[in-house]
Amino acid sequence: MIKNADQIFVLLQHWIMSFFPSVLQPIVGVLLAVVTIICVFPALFAIAVLLERKGLGRMQNRFGPNRVGPLGILQPVADGLKSLTKEDIVPTSADAVVHFLAPVFLVVVVFMGYAVLPMGRNMTLVNMDAGLLFFFAMGASTELSVFMAGWSSRNKYSLLGAMRAVAQMISYEVPLLLSSLVVVMMTGSMNLGRIVDAQNQYSWGLPHWYIFTPWGFAAFLLYAIATTAESNRSPFDLPEGESELVAGYFTEYSGFKFALFFLGEYVGMLSVSGLGTTLFLGGWSAPFSFLTWVPSWIWFFGKVMMSICVFIWLRGTLPRMRQDQLMNFAWKFVLPLSLLNVFVAALWRFLGDGWARWGVCSAILLVAYFVMAKVGMKSEHFGPRSYRYAE
Amino acid sequence: MRVPAMTIVFYVIAAITVAGALAAMLLKNTVHCALALTVAFAGLAIQFLELDAQFAGFAQILVYIGAVAILVVFAILLTRGSETPKEGVFSKTWLAGLAIAAMVFAVLSWAVLNSTSSLPGDSPKPTVSVLEIGNALMGRYVLPLEIVAVLLTSALIGAVIVAKHEKGSAK
Repeated sequence: MIKNADQIFVLLQHWIMSFFPSVLQPIVGVLLAVVTIICVFPALFAIAVLLERKGLGRMQNRFGPNRVGPLGILQPVADGLKSLTKEDIVPTSADAVVHFLAPVFLVVVVFMGYAVLPMGRNMTLVNMDAGLLFFFAMGASTELSVFMAGWSSRNKYSLLGAMRAVAQMISYEVPLLLSSLVVVMMTGSMNLGRIVDAQNQYSWGLPHWYIFTPWGFAAFLLYAIATTAESNRSPFDLPEGESELVAGYFTEYSGFKFALFFLGEYVGMLSVSGLGTTLFLGGWSAPFSFLTWVPSWIWFFGKVMMSICVFIWLRGTLPRMRQDQLMNFAWKFVLPLSLLNVFVAALWRFLGDGWARWGVCSAILLVAYFVMAKVGMKSEHFGPRSYRYAE
Repeated sequence: MRVPAMTIVFYVIAAITVAGALAAMLLKNTVHCALALTVAFAGLAIQFLELDAQFAGFAQILVYIGAVAILVVFAILLTRGSETPKEGVFSKTWLAGLAIAAMVFAVLSWAVLNSTSSLPGDSPKPTVSVLEIGNALMGRYVLPLEIVAVLLTSALIGAVIVAKHEKGSAK
């Protein structure tokens, strides 16, 4: 019974496949999985948007949406209908073809990333040898869509937003790859399924998740910083900072195309959360060995939604960074730390078992963190606050 | 002795790749050219995947679409080259360029055609896992890898120095 609950989606897929002749069965199976992904993640997107608006409202001492349906929970439906029925305006001077292709390309590429994510036991669409590389290849392609949107709109705000976005995404892609590299070094595989299997072990009832090691914890934090920047979320939301650039690279988009950009942003956020879960939080494995009877997909989606809550919390807490701060942070703090972390992971590997490696690796990382923070803050001068206009 | 790689998929992808490359040369707007070049890159990547070379294919997407294409469009925008010159984008020495391109193509195809004869025909498609590529890079080919790494690092440092110098003199 419990086993069936764990595999319910796989069994369902096989049950539907059994209605088709055996020649068509592989195609039907893949189609079913693809359709499920395309339905489930936009549904999660709706939940995430509602959660964000409610949560931000709570943090900013207001109600958030509370008019549509009980407690405002039907707000995403109303938003979706609104964006579907709105007029689609394309500026006369815009490059029509590129303007049209940008949101389509973004959504296609973002959904492709889900193909390799293990969402539960036996729930991976394509079990690829180089799964991690595939995910990052798809993630890197979103930059092009952002550029296409900003350039084709023929609007200075759009172009500025696109330039900022591309500069930011390129800068943070390096630490993103380096922080994930550590996991590959430890597992010895780029297959996401094998990465989860390596973490799905327990000693004294506690899991072997990579986040519970010094290098894994550091890599997780670096990964979280880099993915927040990659998905253009606050405090790295300069490309679409509404007080500076209207809406950044999608200023000139309206109606359903705007909704596609919105969808792309959130679905991208969900997918990087899924990858972070897979790499550092044990994927679909349970947090305690006595909880392994809970279906694996509940753990995966639970962890993803928890990460989304952290994203929302960060957005409600931190102010936006300045462009030079953003770049300095990427190249002078995050990148050296992630390079050092690769070295620490290698050290961990060759120090052998025992408690010595815990002490050595943690000490190196902590000392590096404090020294770099000290040196980095030296150039900042924090005098008494001065107001130029507000007095 | 021919490997049955010349499938319909191959021809479709090849057509898309060549069309992208042609568009990259023939289009008037430089940003359009860069985007068309991206199509050619993507076609090449899919061609690698079609040959079961996962690592090469994904590295092609990651490096060429994710980085090179972005740098190209960035350079176009930053150097104000996105406005099309009135006299057209074609250089006056296109005939010489064509001759050089033809010669390069001839040399390359000569090398490719010679190399196929040295390979045993009808051999099964080798399956190379990413792990094996990694082991080879860290074992047998570690020296070339390190040399490339040093070269790239020196290029990076050089770029930083060039940028710094300009900033210092402006002050």
